[in-house]
Amino acid sequence: MIAYKFDYKVANSIEEAFSMLSSAGDAGSFISGGHSLVPAMKLRLAEPETLIDISKIPGMSGVAIEDGFITIGGLVTHAEVASSYIIKESCPGLAECAGVIGDAQVRNKGTIGGNVAHADPGSDYPGALIAFGATICLSSSEGSREIAAENFFTGLFDTAKEQGEIVTAVKVPVASSSAYAKFPNPASRYAVVGVGVALNMENSTCQSIIIGVTGAADHAYRAKESESILNGSELEENNIEKAASAVSESKEMMNDLVASADYRTHLCGVMLKRAIAKAKYRS
Amino acid sequence: MAKKSITININGTPRSGEVEDRLLLVHFIRDDCALTGTHIGCDSTHCGACTVLLDGTAVKSCTVLAVQADGREVSTIEGMEGAALHPLQEGFFEEHGLQCGFCTPGMIMSAKHLLDNNPKPNEEEIRCGISGNLCRCTGYQNIVKSVQYASNKIQESESVGGE
Repeated sequence: MIAYKFDYKVANSIEEAFSMLSSAGDAGSFISGGHSLVPAMKLRLAEPETLIDISKIPGMSGVAIEDGFITIGGLVTHAEVASSYIIKESCPGLAECAGVIGDAQVRNKGTIGGNVAHADPGSDYPGALIAFGATICLSSSEGSREIAAENFFTGLFDTAKEQGEIVTAVKVPVASSSAYAKFPNPASRYAVVGVGVALNMENSTCQSIIIGVTGAADHAYRAKESESILNGSELEENNIEKAASAVSESKEMMNDLVASADYRTHLCGVMLKRAIAKAKYRS
Repeated sequence: MAKKSITININGTPRSGEVEDRLLLVHFIRDDCALTGTHIGCDSTHCGACTVLLDGTAVKSCTVLAVQADGREVSTIEGMEGAALHPLQEGFFEEHGLQCGFCTPGMIMSAKHLLDNNPKPNEEEIRCGISGNLCRCTGYQNIVKSVQYASNKIQESESVGGE
């Protein structure tokens, strides 16, 4: 399959990328790993006239930890997140999530910035990033801003990112009791349902829990009803059951060839239980 | 939209060409360089038949633009054999790791990436390492054995060399 014709340009600095995009206008698109965009272009679902490669821009690679926050450059691949010692230590659920995205070759190319910018409803990161309280860092020629992952994913392939903005980094607070559980589509490995959980236990009591769900609805969301059932509890079985039946409560589940809405509702509960069990074990 | 001049170092040989920006790396390898060992299976990032190493990392060359590989190093199945078969090639031969052989070049390149990063993988790690490669003969048992054979062979030759 061959994409429509386009003009490929390499940006060597972020300023150059902004100026290239401003000349290209709405028909321009950034590309980094290209593992969401190139398949879409081959299917001619996306047809940028100008493709601006941002993968060589310095300062958007690498993982660092400072003052309780992990900063992951927008160009960091899923393989790098999965194998990062810092992330495995400080947010094991995120390394776990990155390690189950697609397959080895996809993880070698796909980047966290491109992934969140693309916002595929079956993508793994959004559910995990919402649960782990991540912040998406955006830059454009107008300046920089940060937005909570919870407010970033707004619809089907839709985010709070404006045209012209680049996801320069994702910041994640240290969350040692974090976990991600996923039911993959057996062919594509996208999440039919994926649930991320960040847990804070003190003296056997759940001081706080944040739950992020991906794959189930048209965009990833935070399951606040389930959180409120579990906050302050000792995560007893009956409370977990109640929380599991509430995960999908107020959301319209996707209904497609892969899974019916009812099945997705069921999977939400099962994945929540698995994620809680893993997070609890790590606390 | 003018064509771009690119040079990609494939298996140690610089290969230059004038390409359209939309040309996929796999087509550059197969059509412009006549290296047809790299296969096109699904052409949709699923099957892994087109797997090559890009700067030492396994990627699906149907999902990389040739212009993105400009100035970089690519290894394909044709570059695996030196004076003798690579241990992975020998492993696929000895352990009957192929039936129709269509997936084999991609399987071997993925396994190469795996062994380069994890020389002694266990069975689960091998299965995870080749999970982006589909074998429609479903010959996975023997493919896993082939990779184990290569892992052992590489260990043996290194221990002999080290003494």
